[in-house]
Amino acid sequence: MIPFYKTTLLLCGLLLAIPASAVLASEAKSGYDYIKPESRAMQDDDFENPGMLAVEKGQVLFNRKQNGAGKACAECHARDGASLDKKNLARYPVYNEDAAEIVTLQQRISRCRDNNAGSRTLPTDHPDLVALETFVRNRAIGEAVNVQTDGPMVEILQQGKQLYNTRYGLIDMACYHCHDLYPGQMIRGQKISQGQGNGFPAYRLGTGEITNLHQRIQQCLTLMRAEPFAADSDEIKLLGLYIMSRSNGLGIETPAVRY
Amino acid sequence: MHYRVFDTENLREYFRQSQRTPIIMHHYKNLIFALACLPLSGITSAQDGLPDDYCRWEVADYAIAEPLCGLAGDAQRGSEIASDSGRGNCLACHQLPIPDIEAYGTIGPPLTGIAARLSVPMIRLRIVDTRHINPMSIMPGFYRDPRLINRPGKEYRGRTFLTAQQVEDVIAYMATLK
Repeated sequence: MIPFYKTTLLLCGLLLAIPASAVLASEAKSGYDYIKPESRAMQDDDFENPGMLAVEKGQVLFNRKQNGAGKACAECHARDGASLDKKNLARYPVYNEDAAEIVTLQQRISRCRDNNAGSRTLPTDHPDLVALETFVRNRAIGEAVNVQTDGPMVEILQQGKQLYNTRYGLIDMACYHCHDLYPGQMIRGQKISQGQGNGFPAYRLGTGEITNLHQRIQQCLTLMRAEPFAADSDEIKLLGLYIMSRSNGLGIETPAVRY
Repeated sequence: MHYRVFDTENLREYFRQSQRTPIIMHHYKNLIFALACLPLSGITSAQDGLPDDYCRWEVADYAIAEPLCGLAGDAQRGSEIASDSGRGNCLACHQLPIPDIEAYGTIGPPLTGIAARLSVPMIRLRIVDTRHINPMSIMPGFYRDPRLINRPGKEYRGRTFLTAQQVEDVIAYMATLK
């Protein structure tokens, strides 16, 4: 039997914890500010940045007819995507009100390929699609992330935030714990970032692979010894959308170098 | 004071809701759940949905007086578990007076002198399931009730982070940090 005054104490502690966490989550800082100086130097030099290999692969795919396609992306969007609108790219993921669904940049590219160029559909996060996503996102490098946060997005982002604030797996932490409460602190010798999405797809030093935001979230959930959300599941899209909305105002860095 | 009794059906509903609930509510529920369970821990049906080797424990005065499963810990093994990234991994978040390891974390408080600040039963509750003290804590419960874990990976279902013996070993090691 727990005495009543102790229950009251516990509840008071809980209430105190709420405003403290809300204050800490205020200012968005890119993961660039948290990585080591040598990683920053690697990202800044196109010849040193391994993520540029994915950009170049995506560029080749963009400019040529892909498997079974009647035409190349470049036939509509100009060679190397010169006619792509940076401001538009910075808005992804977007919400399609007619279909009532979140559309990621990769989905937009994939559907554009299938519907307009007639190529064979590739599975989500196929290396070719990740390379195209990296190349197209890289076209908007420096542009500020600008995910819609009003209108129908208000409620959808709230769902994403709920998932972000939920504990997962045997390690039993929420994204919120590390990336809202403890950015700047060390976790076994690595600095914790705010978990921003502006650098993705990014080259991960931890795995040596180009990784888009959804893949990164899945890897983080696996690290939490949790069952990761499937590619293209509502949950992964909601989480990706919410995380990208937190990055609003940060410059796109694709392909960033991250741990 | 009335306590809600959680049968398995209620638990399933609890898990379903907890996946879609903001963290504040999530923990509020955890708290209610914990408070509801504590006085009942002796009466509820044996090992209801728990792994057979899971030993029940009781909280009193923010401490767990009895060693898990009545086991005795070994401080030397505990020190190894604490620094092993595949097992306790205490160093991920805490600084410990273990020589030759530099890559520690700064999320939790340094544990040097912990036994001078806390009794062994108090240390035990903090390692077993610290959320009885702070429901918002980032710290995993190393012997938390496995039924309270949300979306565990396939190979981790029904498991605790550490075994009862490993927890007691770590406690024995912590007790040396005076």
